[in-house]
Amino acid sequence: MAQILAPCSQWQMRIARNSAPASPMTAKMWSSLVLKQNKKGTAKSSAKFRVFAVKSENGTINRMEDLLNLDLTPYTDSFIAEYIWIGGSGIDLRSKSRTISKPVEDPSELPKWNYDGSSTGQAPGDDSEVILYPQAIFKDPFRGGNNILVMCDTYTPQGEPIPTNKRHRAAEIFSNKKVVDEVPWFGIEQEYTLLQTNVKWPLGWPVGGYPGPQGPYYCAAGADKSFGRDISDAHYKACLYAGVNISGTNGEVMPGQWEYQVGPSVGIDAGDHIWISRYILERITEQAGVVLSLDPKPIEGDWNGAGCHTNYSTKSMREDGGFEVIKKAILNLSLRHKDHISAYGEGNERRLTGKHETASINTFSWGVANRGCSIRVGRETEKQGKGYLEDRRPASNMDPYVVTALLAETTILYEPSLEAEALAAQKLSLNV
Amino acid sequence: MSLLSDLVNLNLSDSTEKIIAEYIWIGGSGMDIRSKARTLSGPVSDPAKLPKWNYDGSSTGQAPGEDSEVILYPQAIFRDPFRRGNNILVICDTYTPAGVPIPTNKRCAAAKIFSHPDVVAEIPWYGLEQEYTLLQKDVKWPLGWPLGGYPGPQGPYYCGIGVDKAFGRDIVDAHYKACLYAGINISGINGEVMPGQWEFQVGPSVGISSGDELWAARYILERITEVAGVVLSFDPKPIQGDWNGAGAHTNYSTKSMRNEGGYEIIKKAIEKLGLRHKEHIAAYGEGNERRLTGRHETADINTFKWGVANRGASIRVGRDTEKEGKGYFEDRRPASNMDPYIVTSMIAETTILWKP
Repeated sequence: MAQILAPCSQWQMRIARNSAPASPMTAKMWSSLVLKQNKKGTAKSSAKFRVFAVKSENGTINRMEDLLNLDLTPYTDSFIAEYIWIGGSGIDLRSKSRTISKPVEDPSELPKWNYDGSSTGQAPGDDSEVILYPQAIFKDPFRGGNNILVMCDTYTPQGEPIPTNKRHRAAEIFSNKKVVDEVPWFGIEQEYTLLQTNVKWPLGWPVGGYPGPQGPYYCAAGADKSFGRDISDAHYKACLYAGVNISGTNGEVMPGQWEYQVGPSVGIDAGDHIWISRYILERITEQAGVVLSLDPKPIEGDWNGAGCHTNYSTKSMREDGGFEVIKKAILNLSLRHKDHISAYGEGNERRLTGKHETASINTFSWGVANRGCSIRVGRETEKQGKGYLEDRRPASNMDPYVVTALLAETTILYEPSLEAEALAAQKLSLNV
Repeated sequence: MSLLSDLVNLNLSDSTEKIIAEYIWIGGSGMDIRSKARTLSGPVSDPAKLPKWNYDGSSTGQAPGEDSEVILYPQAIFRDPFRRGNNILVICDTYTPAGVPIPTNKRCAAAKIFSHPDVVAEIPWYGLEQEYTLLQKDVKWPLGWPLGGYPGPQGPYYCGIGVDKAFGRDIVDAHYKACLYAGINISGINGEVMPGQWEFQVGPSVGISSGDELWAARYILERITEVAGVVLSFDPKPIQGDWNGAGAHTNYSTKSMRNEGGYEIIKKAIEKLGLRHKEHIAAYGEGNERRLTGRHETADINTFKWGVANRGASIRVGRDTEKEGKGYFEDRRPASNMDPYIVTSMIAETTILWKP
């Protein structure tokens, strides 16, 4: 494994040892994750990566690890809260931390905070304060102990959500009574690509060339087929520790590309959990010395893109007769294809070509077990007459608040005219 | 190697009552921190009970060779995050054998101001935002920057994450926990606008303890960068060009400012500060003229102006303070290499004691 993570000679998980509150992780389990230093290659490669290495210059002993893993609970009731928000591009995550003096149970007990919006493209310099409203709490897998991560959204001092705040509108949709009654479930499959630092070429790919064609890499093992498993595995455990609803992970079709799934989550939780999982992932790649890319088509040519397939169901779909409800939902979605596509991620047109297990961006299609469609319905769902649908259109850089809210809105709140419905049913050969 | 590590981390409390006290003082440049350690017979929690000590002032530019002893007066105790157990760090200030503060001792004058009854009555609070830059060791080029070149322009780095945006987080995180352990009132950290630059905040602290805590935090930070093999810089403008400088914004309030009607007191205080702009600027750090240009979220060094939520002003008042009619204000002029004893006492003096 160490040699595949090409230049990195040393990186370690910063994790809680013996955190006081009951934790499923033991020190022994954690230390098995720690990459053993590749002693042979150390001299050469450490010269390039000394900037990231946590090693004292005369190489005697490393005291920083003790400080990073320090369990403060015997010395103070205070703990550290890392406030996390989405920046001006809509996909860049930002965070900063503060000390909290007494324990909290609920995000509403945490203080609102503010940051310099002029440094993130979200406010002008002469009126720069943007306010952070805490919305969800997770345990901090990097600091351990009682320390926490806090997912926030962003407002003007007057209390208006700023334009890049997509959570606010999603929360409104998810509190609509019709939506609440339908208990919408989401399972989101986040794909991502790992790139070597300094060259922005995928991890494990030869610099100046290409690996063998796709085929052997999907869910594979082996130094010539799986690049960066430590990142995926460390991320899985870190998310479970944090309280993120991560349900699985797998290696993807393109080498150096991975996927994890978060769900099933209800309503607004889906968005919060995906954003926190993305934060944890980029903190881990930061330590690993590897660049995280959520670009939907990182390499042109005969290489898969990266998506964020969104599995979705409502109470009606999960009950007997649900298959009819699913077909009606698909009908609604077909009538709003353009609206959805424009909100499903920047650069998606490079990915949705109709090849590489996608449907063309201009065509709406659906099918059972068909990976070349916009919407795929599983064989189990068809057989049992109830279940869920998979929207395969969203790109890996989609905003889950936008996508989940739009799915709920289009399938639960939107009422198309009868003529439009009939026309669409004909086009899709759907007897609804 | 493991034997050395075992010895450094040896827990002495089972074998002896003795503790190690690291005496820390500021050297001749006003910015270099020095320290040496001594054994004490048992745990101590009151600085007044610690023995005075002395050091060779001729080796720090603070005394002539033929009369070299400078006396250390212990002033504040913190837990030692490196030695742990009952061991301590001791912040000291420096005197001649005759008991006179030597010229580089800025704490003594500050302590006098903070014991003036008018100042004591106002309970002055300080929140200090210390910015600093991490440099690669042998080339003095910022950490994470390519040698012979520059990273992409500022934008993605403020509070950023990812290997291409955050350089040196381990240092910052280790420092945060070490300071909390030590008993320093560290209130937060964040990545700064220039890549390789970070900030931590100490406060709110009352009066003289603000300076003590900031110097202790600076000491702990440089001990950590020493271990990490990285150079710590408090230069206010480490890289010329379209790159932010490093400051030490000082947030300040008095009892009157925090109570009803405080906003009027704040405005009066800011007016007074405006009348003494030149005196404050002269005491706010060497090299500040390279940083206070009017660009990169600063006000020009020759101009005094204030505004609500305005990061391009000398003094910024938060929106919350304006809305509630009470609170605090932020003096954005001090450079990262300012002496907190000077800055905190000067703000108290100008706003509470000085009559224009």
